[in-house]
Amino acid sequence: MNGLLFLIRRLISTVPVLVMVALITFVILNAAPGDPASLVAGEDASAEQIAAARERLGLDGPIHERFIEWAGEVVQGDLGDSFRGESVVTMIRRALPVTLTLTAGALFVGIAIALPAGIFSAMRSGSRIDRAIVVVTSLGISAPEFFIGLMSVLVIALKFGWLPATGFVSFSESPVNWLKSIILPSLTLGVGVAAELTRHIRAAMGDVLKRDYVLTARAKGLSIKSVIGKHAMKNALLPVVTVLGLQVRRLLGGTVVVESVFAMNGVGTLAVRSVFFRDLPVLLGIALVTAVIVLVVNLLVDLSYGYLDPKVRTS
Amino acid sequence: MNDSNETVTAPMLSVKSLSVAFKSSHGLLTVVNDVSFDVPRNSVMALVGESGSGKSVTALGVAGLVPYVGGVVTGGEVLFDGSDLLKMRASEVNAIRGRDIGFIFQDPMSSLNPAFKVGEQIAEVVRRHRKVTRKQAWARAVEMLDRVGIASAATRANEYPHLFSGGMRQRVMIALALACDPALLIADEPTTALDVTVQARVLEILKDLQSINGMSVLFITHDLGVVADIADDVTVLYAAEVVEQASVRELFASPSHPYSAALLDTMPQVALATGKPVASIPGIVAQAHAWPDGCRFNPRCAHSVDGPCTTDAIELQSVGTGLSRCVRAHELREQLSKSGLQGGKSS
Amino acid sequence: MSDFTEQDRDQDDEIVFTGASFWQRFSRDKAAVWGLSVLTFVVLLAIFGPMLSPKDPYTSTLTDNLQGPSGKYWFGTDDLGRDILSRMIVATRVSLLASVQAVSISLVIGLPLGLLSGYAGGFVDNLIMRINDAVMSFPALILAVVIVGFLGPSVTNAMIAIGIVFAPRIMRVVRGSTLSVREEVYISSARAVGCTDTRIITRHILPNIMSPLVVQVTLMLGIAILAEAALSFLGLGVQPPQPSWGGMLGRAFPYISLTPVAVIAPGVMISATVLAFNLAGDGFRDSLGREKR
Repeated sequence: MNGLLFLIRRLISTVPVLVMVALITFVILNAAPGDPASLVAGEDASAEQIAAARERLGLDGPIHERFIEWAGEVVQGDLGDSFRGESVVTMIRRALPVTLTLTAGALFVGIAIALPAGIFSAMRSGSRIDRAIVVVTSLGISAPEFFIGLMSVLVIALKFGWLPATGFVSFSESPVNWLKSIILPSLTLGVGVAAELTRHIRAAMGDVLKRDYVLTARAKGLSIKSVIGKHAMKNALLPVVTVLGLQVRRLLGGTVVVESVFAMNGVGTLAVRSVFFRDLPVLLGIALVTAVIVLVVNLLVDLSYGYLDPKVRTS
Repeated sequence: MNDSNETVTAPMLSVKSLSVAFKSSHGLLTVVNDVSFDVPRNSVMALVGESGSGKSVTALGVAGLVPYVGGVVTGGEVLFDGSDLLKMRASEVNAIRGRDIGFIFQDPMSSLNPAFKVGEQIAEVVRRHRKVTRKQAWARAVEMLDRVGIASAATRANEYPHLFSGGMRQRVMIALALACDPALLIADEPTTALDVTVQARVLEILKDLQSINGMSVLFITHDLGVVADIADDVTVLYAAEVVEQASVRELFASPSHPYSAALLDTMPQVALATGKPVASIPGIVAQAHAWPDGCRFNPRCAHSVDGPCTTDAIELQSVGTGLSRCVRAHELREQLSKSGLQGGKSS
Repeated sequence: MSDFTEQDRDQDDEIVFTGASFWQRFSRDKAAVWGLSVLTFVVLLAIFGPMLSPKDPYTSTLTDNLQGPSGKYWFGTDDLGRDILSRMIVATRVSLLASVQAVSISLVIGLPLGLLSGYAGGFVDNLIMRINDAVMSFPALILAVVIVGFLGPSVTNAMIAIGIVFAPRIMRVVRGSTLSVREEVYISSARAVGCTDTRIITRHILPNIMSPLVVQVTLMLGIAILAEAALSFLGLGVQPPQPSWGGMLGRAFPYISLTPVAVIAPGVMISATVLAFNLAGDGFRDSLGREKR
């Protein structure tokens, strides 16, 4: 009951942000310097041709009417047409699976590294390994993703030839090659997240391990696995899950560079290419879609509070 | 001691020369030094001292929890039912902790896990140590909650700790500690963090359960009033060492160490009976990195004399039926027995 | 700086650092000192580097292209036969200036909005915060790419984009500090004696939010370097022939197996500079005795 109320309240509070996101998108779309219509019509177009292009691109009419019309179309899943002719939704839909796979892979890598490293670091706080982990995470946070990516290409792909250096193979084509093609990009993108998450887990775990209830769990005769993995973890997860939402946003941004490094045709590559065409509908479509993904992830994160923190659920 | 039929009468817990140290910027600091005491079966031993005396660390040491708070056991034996807990493997101690040794901590607000229902937390210890189904364990949790006097236990078992008051949480802790019918309960200042009225109630519950279950209790407190109420024997700790050990009756009637006598004088009950204001012991507890020479209590002691009290470390000696770490114990006996109240376990 | 430390001395009585000045505390933090040393080196390199650079960074000797490190070219040459070392030195100034530019833009946007939001409260605060939330829902790099797409690729436009994208960070810090300072007694007394809002903000609030702001700006300079490098790597930031660390990395990437040093050198430079900003920023925060969040 309370959980449902919490869900509804949280959903409602997302709406204004969503509207604002749409408004920002729309304002940029319409404030573009230069005339998109003349851009579309071509350099030598006549006045009539430009007017026709304007009509076709829906650039007539007062701005607030156009926003409502545009928003209506967006809600129905129509993001308009690219200056290059194709529908924006089609273009994004084609690129999105690559990006989402990469994001998920990187998140997996990040968590798979950060969880053991962070817990170990917290349990052996002050030890040599702990200090080494702290130093490595500082480096991981500071090094740009594409640099780490290029280094891994250099070593793993080119020097040893273990994995393909570039390209993305879809799962339906060949599961094995699919896996091979996403390992390096996921590692590249995941390193920064791993570093950041390790720090958070280390801090949260370190804090929780000092609590009396952990001692209680030990006094109950529970195994170390149960004390850490169950009693400490459920409490340490709350601050960590909070940053997970931020990490997904950061990962989506990072895909722009990583896709470019590994020549993957994802949303990031699409965005970079669209810049050279000044293809604003595509760019803003991408911005809107990724922002909505981020908002949805944040919503899920907030909902997980309900599971992790009983105070949220019952108060 | 070596006969098998004698172990029945052997103490439930026998701590021999336990020493615990912590790492610090001053080096390895010994906060529990050569502490020995027995807890006989079906009896209550109180461990008394001011904060910083090492009593809580002793309790943790007995349960093998010292490493988890960053300390090291540097010596001694903890014989539980005849076998040394300190020599066992971690898995063996884990099988005993929670089942044969229950533990209640000082602060009920922080000793329950906020992320789990109280019923789950009790059922967990039952499931850990007994071959029962989830359902049976839950039923046991509800039964225990009921036994510690929590109304509508079946509903409240489904609630999280933040919905319980301090006194109620401590009852939950008691239910948790006693869920597997342990032979030994270690209670570290279980009533200190509670309101006075709640204190009395929680103490009563503990006393009842102790006499029903016939378990042994190691009761850590700084409050001699509580000691008089619940304990059979007392071990007084000061500055990491045992300074006096006696039955409650004897300690209250004639303390054989000036520190015990001074502690008795600080009891509000004494002030009430004598009409004098509540006394306090002058000075502060010695710090582990700077123990005084000679008797560790000498800078605060009204009976300290230069020489015997200030040069060499003092050994424990027999005084009456107990032990005292005061060189002047025999000559001061008369004087010290004027302190405090005639006391003893009331029930 | 000195007045913050005076105040902190009073507040931090219980902390070990009692009585120590800001620099005394800072100098005890080895990582922070290392960070500040690296920064000093990088800044000196940016100022005097172009005078020291062994070769002209723009002259290409096509016959010498894609060479590995040698006595002639310490770090080798790029595909057009330009000296990598010289280009890296010149790029130091480009990258540092670009990041200062971006953070300045964030400050110009974030500082007044944060002050307004924190000081005024109510509807204004609410509106500003919603916009803030919305901007922060976009993945930073994607929003930056969109803005560059809108303005056209150039270093200035890229820095405007980064400045806008990261302005909410400044805004949040300023707003948060303003909110806490606003409740202080000296603000009410300033109001009681008839100070105008402008005066209260500039004379009373601004000086008191300086230390969290300094920390945030230091950390953001590192973030801006990273973002500039990413955009330049993608060809959306610093435009050729002007060298930048990220651009050099991107340019050398296709030839990575031939001249790995041309990739490693700018990469290490970026990482070290960003790390230095992070460590110095963390050091400032710890030594100033205030929390970031």
